[in-house]
Amino acid sequence: MPWDRNQMAARAAEELEDGMYVNLGIGIPTLVANYVGDKDITLQSENGMLGMGPFPFEGEEDPDLINAGKQTITELSRTSYFDSAMSFGMIRGGKIAAAILGAMEVAENGDLANWMIPGKLVKGMGGAMDLVAGVGRVVVVMDHQNKAGESKVLKSCTLPLTGKGVVDRIITNLGVLDVVEGGLKIVECAEGVTEEELRNATEATIV
Amino acid sequence: MKKIYDSAAEALDGILFDGMLIAAGGFGLCGIPELLIDAIKEAGTKDLTVASNNAGVDDFGLGVLLQTKQVKKMMSSYVGENAEFMRQYLSGELELEFNPQGTLAERMRAGGSGIPGFYTKTGVGTQIAEGKEVKQFHGEDYILEEGIFADLSIVKAWKADDTGNLIFRKTARNFNPPAAMCGKICVAEVEEIVPRGSLDPDHIHLPGIYVHRLIQGEHEKRIEKVTTRAKENA
Repeated sequence: MPWDRNQMAARAAEELEDGMYVNLGIGIPTLVANYVGDKDITLQSENGMLGMGPFPFEGEEDPDLINAGKQTITELSRTSYFDSAMSFGMIRGGKIAAAILGAMEVAENGDLANWMIPGKLVKGMGGAMDLVAGVGRVVVVMDHQNKAGESKVLKSCTLPLTGKGVVDRIITNLGVLDVVEGGLKIVECAEGVTEEELRNATEATIV
Repeated sequence: MKKIYDSAAEALDGILFDGMLIAAGGFGLCGIPELLIDAIKEAGTKDLTVASNNAGVDDFGLGVLLQTKQVKKMMSSYVGENAEFMRQYLSGELELEFNPQGTLAERMRAGGSGIPGFYTKTGVGTQIAEGKEVKQFHGEDYILEEGIFADLSIVKAWKADDTGNLIFRKTARNFNPPAAMCGKICVAEVEEIVPRGSLDPDHIHLPGIYVHRLIQGEHEKRIEKVTTRAKENA
């Protein structure tokens, strides 16, 4: 059985170490916050906040307090606020230890595509290009294949890039892969997934 | 010099012109200068280029200036919440210059700080780098990005004193300080104007030197995505 969304998020949470400042992307990466356990992790929201808290109780939403996904959130005792220029200063300046992001495609050389499909989907990169260029470690969490059953882990990306050679680790519903010299290295398979199944589902070179 | 005006229309009087470049604060619908945007709609100023992280939604924020086709070009990082934007862009009616979010913020900050250009790693090897100078520092490639020098800045803050010192609230600060810095003239709308001396000088987020005109008004402060948790899960 491949991992479901929550199992992928739980696996991604294992990447985080005590004391880290971390940025979580939209989608499955947001769920990672539910699995950090006792670790002392400070979440950054790139619109201008460190120390992001959980969603508010109903009726306690504050229009002045949202995350980078525009969802209402809360603050914590450790929270600080700042403007977007300083926020991306800490991203670009390498102060954020890790970013966990979703992706449309990842290539074996660490290229990442997650911001547009030409002619179809024109939403924009938001802060993703800054994050992948600046943070210490980039972990991608995504489904291994698209809805048509084609691999999203490719020899080279077909979509416009978000960053070139920026991905360190890929966590999918089938397992965990690291970007290494010459291709990808299997770190582990999801429970019940064989190495052969993982290889067969992957277009990229596995070394 | 008196900075306080009675309405958004009066605060913008004499400074709007067709084809101008406006830098707007806000992230999504949070901390947007909603009163000034409405006043620009009423003024009917055309062919605007607007530097703003987002473009509002169809009927609120900068979306209202798209509805009236007053915007010629947007400089933004994310426009996914606006169907009318997408329609105008895909049909070629609206120009769009995508900027990575941090690059956009820094371009505003730089413009306001007298820095015409800076090098960044953001976007190296992507579409964003096309046509831009590449320079190596410490063995790594960086691309040249230019500061934004706007004709007008429109921003929203929480409180101001009558000299224009501004305090923002929570994540509504976002792009407002850098947007305010990069305009020749900055007009700020706030929820409350208090007399000088009532704000702690150590708590000012943006000094009044950047703020030329000021209005106080009622804000809708619409929430884009209400997300909550159940009490029993607390």
